[in-house]
Amino acid sequence: MSQQVGVVTFPGSNGDHDAWNAFANDLGVPTRMVDYRETDLDGIAVVVVPGGFSYGDYLRCGAIARFAPVMNAVREFAQRGGPVLGICNGFQVLTEAHLLPGALLRNESLRFHCDWIHVKVENRSFWTSDVEVGDILRLPIAHGDGSYFADDETIARLESNGQVIFRYCDANGAVLDNANPNGSRRAIAGIANEGRNVVGLMPHPERATDPLVGGADGRRIVTAALSALQVAV
Amino acid sequence: MPEAVVNSIAPGAWREVALSDDEYALILELLGREPTPVELGMFGSMWSEHCGYKHTRPLFPRLPTDGPQVLQGPGENAGAVSIGNGLAVVFKVESHNHPSAVEPYEGAATGVGGIVRDIFTMGARPIALLNSLRFGKLDDQRNRYLFDNVVGGIGGYGNCLGIPTVGGEVFFDDSYSGNPLVNAMCIGIVTEDGIVRAKASGVGNLIMLIGADTGRDGLHGATFASVDDPEASHRGVIQVGNPFLEKLLLEASLELLTSGAVVAMQDLGAAGLTSSTIECASRGGVGAEIDVALVPRREEGMTAYEVMLSESQERMLLVVEPHGFEQVDAIVRKWSLHSSVIGRITDDGMVRVMDGDVVTADVPAEFFTDKCPTYVRPAAEAPHVVAARETDTSAFSDLKPGQAPAVLLELLSSPNICSRKPVYERYDHTILTNTVVAPGQADAAVLRIKGQQSGIATAIDCNSRYCYLDPHLGAMHAVAEACRNVSCTGGRPLAITNCLNFGNPERPAGYFQLDNAVQGIADACRALDVPVISGNVSLYNETANSPVFPTPTIGAVGLLDDVCRHATMVWKPGQSIVLLGAWSPVLGGSEFLSYWHDAVAGQPPSLDLEGELRVQELVRDLIGAGVVRTAHDVALGGIAVALAKMAIVSGVGANVQLPRTVERVDAQWFGEAASAIIVAVEAGDEERVRANAAEAGVPFLRLGETGDSGLTINGGKAIPLSALSVAHEHGFA
Repeated sequence: MSQQVGVVTFPGSNGDHDAWNAFANDLGVPTRMVDYRETDLDGIAVVVVPGGFSYGDYLRCGAIARFAPVMNAVREFAQRGGPVLGICNGFQVLTEAHLLPGALLRNESLRFHCDWIHVKVENRSFWTSDVEVGDILRLPIAHGDGSYFADDETIARLESNGQVIFRYCDANGAVLDNANPNGSRRAIAGIANEGRNVVGLMPHPERATDPLVGGADGRRIVTAALSALQVAV
Repeated sequence: MPEAVVNSIAPGAWREVALSDDEYALILELLGREPTPVELGMFGSMWSEHCGYKHTRPLFPRLPTDGPQVLQGPGENAGAVSIGNGLAVVFKVESHNHPSAVEPYEGAATGVGGIVRDIFTMGARPIALLNSLRFGKLDDQRNRYLFDNVVGGIGGYGNCLGIPTVGGEVFFDDSYSGNPLVNAMCIGIVTEDGIVRAKASGVGNLIMLIGADTGRDGLHGATFASVDDPEASHRGVIQVGNPFLEKLLLEASLELLTSGAVVAMQDLGAAGLTSSTIECASRGGVGAEIDVALVPRREEGMTAYEVMLSESQERMLLVVEPHGFEQVDAIVRKWSLHSSVIGRITDDGMVRVMDGDVVTADVPAEFFTDKCPTYVRPAAEAPHVVAARETDTSAFSDLKPGQAPAVLLELLSSPNICSRKPVYERYDHTILTNTVVAPGQADAAVLRIKGQQSGIATAIDCNSRYCYLDPHLGAMHAVAEACRNVSCTGGRPLAITNCLNFGNPERPAGYFQLDNAVQGIADACRALDVPVISGNVSLYNETANSPVFPTPTIGAVGLLDDVCRHATMVWKPGQSIVLLGAWSPVLGGSEFLSYWHDAVAGQPPSLDLEGELRVQELVRDLIGAGVVRTAHDVALGGIAVALAKMAIVSGVGANVQLPRTVERVDAQWFGEAASAIIVAVEAGDEERVRANAAEAGVPFLRLGETGDSGLTINGGKAIPLSALSVAHEHGFA
């Protein structure tokens, strides 16, 4: 039986430790690092593509990682309906790999930006099964290239299909320009594929699983993994 | 003497590598012959201030470096202290001032890269970065460019490595115009028995190089910092950072160090292969023979000289037992790096550099290290500094009582006091999920250590204006303030690291500052019982013969027994506000005097180190007991600024009466003093705090209470929180 969370690590991944810590320590589920050279995801029930600077962000964020050997296995896993969570650089990798539509551009400020922000849960997906639509989550962001972009047609399709999963908002849930930290179109912070099993987002739920270090709202996202692992909550 | 050596030292060539005529004569005497060109370059680098500490080594014995908690003092890549449960904290601060003056982004980035390598070379996993930055005033476009790009470079490198930048300071003064100071500090965690020293041993062991290939970048970096105007003559020496490669090197190195096959590890920093080989051999009392022809290059046609003195970044030297080669090579390959065997350890104490069959250098290792000349220079305080200090500050016209609130708002938006958020939001400070108290929330950062109840607190500080007016007193303040900031979060200071940023020590006025500041650090460290475990020196920080303010930056690390019991600047409504510690504010050396009257003048605040120790202990005890969760020391801008900052961060106002220990309005609001800490406590706990303070011999003064949506001072009109926040947040705009 598939029982493990797999954290995919590329050269330059640096959010792998935090992802591992969130699942293995805070959630207490079996978790293993999946090296970018691996081609087989046997035993993996949940795939997490963590944050970082895979391949140094050279060429374009995520552009080289999509060609890593492991990505074929991740693609097949996603196409079979397996749950995949791409966080920050992981989100960028998933868009480059065409597992999610659109692209992440340089922040509107042209600067790296680290802060705690709020997002509103907009639609249901595998990764929002433990939160309600309309919930407001406080999560950290830390990125230089997080401005979500897609053409008008794609944006319209995402909106009408309910594939926009998280939107930046203020503490009260209002979607305002000054609550959008990076200039993302329609304040999009996270999206899903059509199957709702693959989700990418710029904020870091894996860094927000313990109130001691700023907040635990992220825990409500990572706990979704439990259903795939068939572990009693 | 080797026959193959070609002697061709042109008269005066030694001056190009920043060696004096006397120093060259000493080299001739030591060697009994002329050095080869490669040897001369190696001497130039190793006998530079950066590597050889020519002017500072005679001063170092004054510094206390021992304590039961100290596992490693100065002399290694970084110092280490025990934090209990078999764990150690490794830390050090280092400057990258001169490169940052020329190419701010890469200079700052590679400064971060260098200090991070120092930490993981010790076997420790880096868990936090801090920095101390100083620039000229921002109305100058060049200074603004330097500020923006230094911050960008620090973020660019640290963010990519995945190490949070959790604290720091930024200060502006014209003395730093064109000569910014960029000091980076790194903290790592390791088990006590996992600490690794860079001490070569084992004759016949392999010397391996891993990481980046070697190019011509950074040639003469160590010596160019000893030249007054680096920008004019040394544009080409700047190193370029590759944090992606460093991340791989970090992971590979930590895995290598646990493999058991690596005897010693030394990063290649200033003077590259030269210093790493020499230091490794010298510490181990062995010799080393390397062949530059075996060093992988990124450029064609490099000479032995260039390979030996390149400062290409992200390289690491290993000493490996021959049977461990396969294991080391496999680990290095796993991390997508390559390794090269470039030499071996010998028993003759010589550092021998081959270029294929040709001997290009052959010198006893100790000539480069122990035989480096040291200097005690004549010291004399500059008359204009004496005059500035003796300025009578009472001659400045006082503020009118009604004027003070408006001046408070101006000060809050001034560059040295305004919110640092535009800076620290460019640094990832949440990665690794250990940041319990983030930048902007308290006087120090607080980090948890996963799996432990304890935590660490850390701060980096120096009031260089005080140091300018009185280097001995100012340096004592720097130590006291760094420790006070740690104490204000509940941490017991364990040790400090220092970065001595000064001007030219060959001038009597410069040496006076250096000499007195080191003495000040020593005196404060003894009184506060905190040893110095690591440090770095950057001299010749001058432009057009005008030195920077003497800046002995102090980084402190402290221990919290229970990380959940910490304090921040945040208070709640309905609490009592209390000032702990003696309060006799002065205008001398104050931010107010500099900002409002454009004067760096007067006698800086006095410092009673015994009183300092008492107030820090009291506050730590109250935090540890869970009575105090809000503490903030009074620093730049005095008590009004300190209270305003607390109100802003809390989003809660206050009604306070300022102490009437001075007559003048400006001194009452904005005068500065040491050893004073504002705490907020529940009204029910006030008497207990008063009793504890009396018992500890610490003055206690109730200032008022929290609440309301504004800050009311001395019964005047309330200043709305929104006005305070807006002023504070938009200082850099």
